[in-house]
Amino acid sequence: MSHATRLKAPMGLLIDRTKPVSFKFDGKSYQGFKGDSVASALAGCGRWLLSRSFKYHRPRGPLTMAGQDANTLIQLNKEPNVLADRELAANGLDVQGQNYNGSLDGDRDAILGHFSRFMPVGFYYRSFFKPLGAWDKWEGFIRKKAGLGVLDLDFQPEYYDKAYLFHDVVVVGSGPAGLSAALKAADAGASVLLVEEQPILGGSLTYNRFDVEGEQADQLREDLLASVEQHANIEVLTSAACNGWFADNYLPVIQGKRMYKVRAKECIVASGSFEQHVVFRNNDLPGIMMSSAATRLMKHYAVKPGNRAVVLTGNDDGYLTALELLDQGIEVAAVVDMRNAAESTDIANAVKGRGVQVLTGHTVYEAIPTRGNKHVRAVDVRRITAKGEVASQSQRFDCDLLCMSAGYMPVYQLLCQAGGQLRYDDSAAEFSLSKLPKNLRIAGSVNGVHGLSEVLHDGERAAIEALHTLGLANGEVAVEVNCKRRVNFDWPIFSHPKGKDFVDFDEDLQAKDIVNATRLGYRDVQLVKRFSTVGMGPSQGRHSALPTARLVADATDRTVTETGVTTARPPFSPEKLAHVAGRIFDPYRRTAMHHRHKELGAKMMPAGNWQRPAFYGKPEERDACMHAEAEHVRNKVGVIDVSTLGGIELRGPDAAEFMNRIYTFAFLKQPVGKTRYAVLTNEHGVVIDDGVSCRLADEHFYVTATTSGVERVYREMMKWNAQWRLDVDITNVTSAFAAVNLAGPDSRKVLEKLATNIDLSPEGFPYLAYREGHVAGIPARLLRVGFVGELGYEIHVPSRFGEALWDALQEAGKEFDIRPFGVETQRLLRLEKGHIIVSQDTDGMSHPGELSLEWAISRKKPFFVGRRSVDIVMAQPQTRKLVGFTLPKGTKKPEEGHLVLSGPDISGNVTSCEYSPSVGSIIGLAYVGINQIEVGSQFPIRVDDGEVVQATVVDLPFFDPDNARQAL
Amino acid sequence: MKIMPCPLNGPRNISEFVHGGEVRDMPNPTTCSDKEWAEYVFYSDNQAGVVTEWWLHAASGYWFIAERHTVTDEIIRTYDPSEIFKARVEFSAESTAQEVSA
Repeated sequence: MSHATRLKAPMGLLIDRTKPVSFKFDGKSYQGFKGDSVASALAGCGRWLLSRSFKYHRPRGPLTMAGQDANTLIQLNKEPNVLADRELAANGLDVQGQNYNGSLDGDRDAILGHFSRFMPVGFYYRSFFKPLGAWDKWEGFIRKKAGLGVLDLDFQPEYYDKAYLFHDVVVVGSGPAGLSAALKAADAGASVLLVEEQPILGGSLTYNRFDVEGEQADQLREDLLASVEQHANIEVLTSAACNGWFADNYLPVIQGKRMYKVRAKECIVASGSFEQHVVFRNNDLPGIMMSSAATRLMKHYAVKPGNRAVVLTGNDDGYLTALELLDQGIEVAAVVDMRNAAESTDIANAVKGRGVQVLTGHTVYEAIPTRGNKHVRAVDVRRITAKGEVASQSQRFDCDLLCMSAGYMPVYQLLCQAGGQLRYDDSAAEFSLSKLPKNLRIAGSVNGVHGLSEVLHDGERAAIEALHTLGLANGEVAVEVNCKRRVNFDWPIFSHPKGKDFVDFDEDLQAKDIVNATRLGYRDVQLVKRFSTVGMGPSQGRHSALPTARLVADATDRTVTETGVTTARPPFSPEKLAHVAGRIFDPYRRTAMHHRHKELGAKMMPAGNWQRPAFYGKPEERDACMHAEAEHVRNKVGVIDVSTLGGIELRGPDAAEFMNRIYTFAFLKQPVGKTRYAVLTNEHGVVIDDGVSCRLADEHFYVTATTSGVERVYREMMKWNAQWRLDVDITNVTSAFAAVNLAGPDSRKVLEKLATNIDLSPEGFPYLAYREGHVAGIPARLLRVGFVGELGYEIHVPSRFGEALWDALQEAGKEFDIRPFGVETQRLLRLEKGHIIVSQDTDGMSHPGELSLEWAISRKKPFFVGRRSVDIVMAQPQTRKLVGFTLPKGTKKPEEGHLVLSGPDISGNVTSCEYSPSVGSIIGLAYVGINQIEVGSQFPIRVDDGEVVQATVVDLPFFDPDNARQAL
Repeated sequence: MKIMPCPLNGPRNISEFVHGGEVRDMPNPTTCSDKEWAEYVFYSDNQAGVVTEWWLHAASGYWFIAERHTVTDEIIRTYDPSEIFKARVEFSAESTAQEVSA
């Protein structure tokens, strides 16, 4: 189909007539121009029916031409629910209608409209919940009938990204208010970002008529744009939607496939207002649209919205629309004004002077459709006799276009997200916004200012206020703008006994549906929404919120302010998950020896945010690998990468005093060159970390912490010393050191080859001693500790030497058959020694008494963190304790977390459990009831599938009870 | 996202910070009753109004104090802890510990 009927320039701001495009809609070929939306190109070809409504499958056409309604939802090949008045027409585009049975033009489901009285409000909730199971039968059918577009299941991911912008002032909306605000702020030296949802700047200046002559808007827009576009302080984003407001003016702005995260010191929202429809029978027919949609069609796309029009209005803007239609050669059959008189007699006389019949105090009561409800054919106009009521006499006007101007609703969504409150002014019949957070301002029609010159002033006023907080105002004073124009008709709702008088086009809700919801007891507008689904459709109440508020207020005898509107939440316009999704970003830390582990075939596992070798070998051979590695450590020599251990350095005259306050043990007299076990409790007396304290010098400690606990330990230390003001420097040196634990009977022999300047003899470097020296020429800190219960050395070196140390040990250990071991093996080895792992064998209640750590607590010092709580809980009768247990080999092995029972009750749980080749049985640690701790007694553990096994309490450690091996 | 004005690092996104609870007076741990201690450890006033809280800038390991209105979530003032904690705190076994006071 062709586009012969386009209007002459300057109509068609957005289209390039030299570049025709051709695309398909519903199987037929259509032409348009570059810059056309799918909807405007179709309208230019005389195609008005774009979609079928959600519930009754009624034909629907353009309503706003601004992407603000659900009537224009179409299906693209790869994407459902695309807005036809937003999506650009492009060569080769294949567009389908949505939500029909058969064809878009001959939808068989349109018959549903005749059954509407059997589908009252809340129909689904009330009809399909019984008998039990009924919904399961109905669901498939209903979902098919109610569904919209079709997803492309062969979807290929595309590249979406994020960008960050920082500006002094962000102006949302580039209508006259936004433009004047942006200019005023930029002229004063503020850096300004101007965000516009449409492809061109100007807002209402691009389509609205402000004066009888119709010259004001174009000239003003030209002037403002010339200033804005060349302004060095203004950055402009068009086709960009500010989709939310978050604390402190953090604004997500979506443009194409990018989300800008914008931070504004000052935000001015000049988002304008949505023109509102009139509620009357058949107000949804194609050919019935907002006045602004008709002017947008003409000015943006040079498309004639119809041939013979009726304008139904509640303000003077309707008259100006009529003049615009006349200027573009469209016959205007009548202007129907719901008011008793126009505000401006000049404007009214101008319309009358063009020979147009003007009926004041009248309304359209019903629109008469062509066959199949495809288009408006005529309107039934009646005199208004009372609020919402009309006379019985009617006049009929034939027309193929009805423009509606019932008034405006401020675009309040962003502002209500920011905490703004809506108040309804009964005399203006309009909602206004108040209680906005500071640094967020509004200007223009969203602020209830409608006259053009007042709007410009209001933009400047908002900018001056913003400049004051930015310190750029230069003494200029913001002057409040007073606008007396009244633009809203207070009751543009004319219910018809036969219905189809739509309040919400998205959800096919009629006036009586809203009223009936209140009669069923849903008196709160939030409940009305949930019951009736009003405002839940794609247009999110842009047009239904105001009539709903009025209807609910009227039906429940409350004010419209009391009734209000439903909560506005982000996003303002639909956004794709791709816009908000981040890339997979799960970083983990690697030790200096990471690549050696990979080369050796390690099975890696996460430990905190580190990757560590669990064991070396195939995942499916876990037990065999672990047992072999453990046996090697017990009999020969093994080496494990312990670089992930936390490390904290404390220096200063108060270092020892600080250690003494933080940890439970006594540290004031810890000798230089010795290590000491360090347990940390929190203020509740719960054990939260442990490590080894090394005294390097009188005023210098090096203390280790658990892999996942060190951040927390460091934070706690910093917080305590912010209060204690001790003279000590605290540094987290975890990533500065790489470390290994060289363990096994042959470990000394290996180390002797490398540590030439350290006396490694049992007397020279005894158990629990600390030494410094060089290992393979690398400066090293050495700790003789016995975590795995063998002769062993923890060797800490600067991280950059980690790999060199590893290699040197492997080389030197070759003759002793050295072998690396992993974390799982280490856990088995320490379990054999009965050593706890904080956070595996402890929980949020574990106090030192439950863990048999009384020996690690100094009672002689006046204070440590948690001291008082430990004293209190330890003085109370204990209820549980961590004990060692064994089970014969071959028993079903309990897992961590399996429950310990005491009669019918739960008395504890298993925290660690493995089969130990050295012991020859299953060994584990478990919390048990205080009456179950006797060595030799048995307690039941419920394992998988509810089976119960009887474990035997044993003394710890399981292996080498005299601890002779580690002290060699 | 909210902005926290850090006394050390200037205004930064709140996601860089860790909340550290209200600034509270520790009762003398050697002389107070069990009840007083338990209330100190477990109870929080949760008052609607201006509260004085610990905040940590995690990236720099810096603790500071913020006065925040819990109803409006407005951050009224932030400052270094040395404004409150002026002197070295001592604990001794028998006598009263120096008050850790706000």
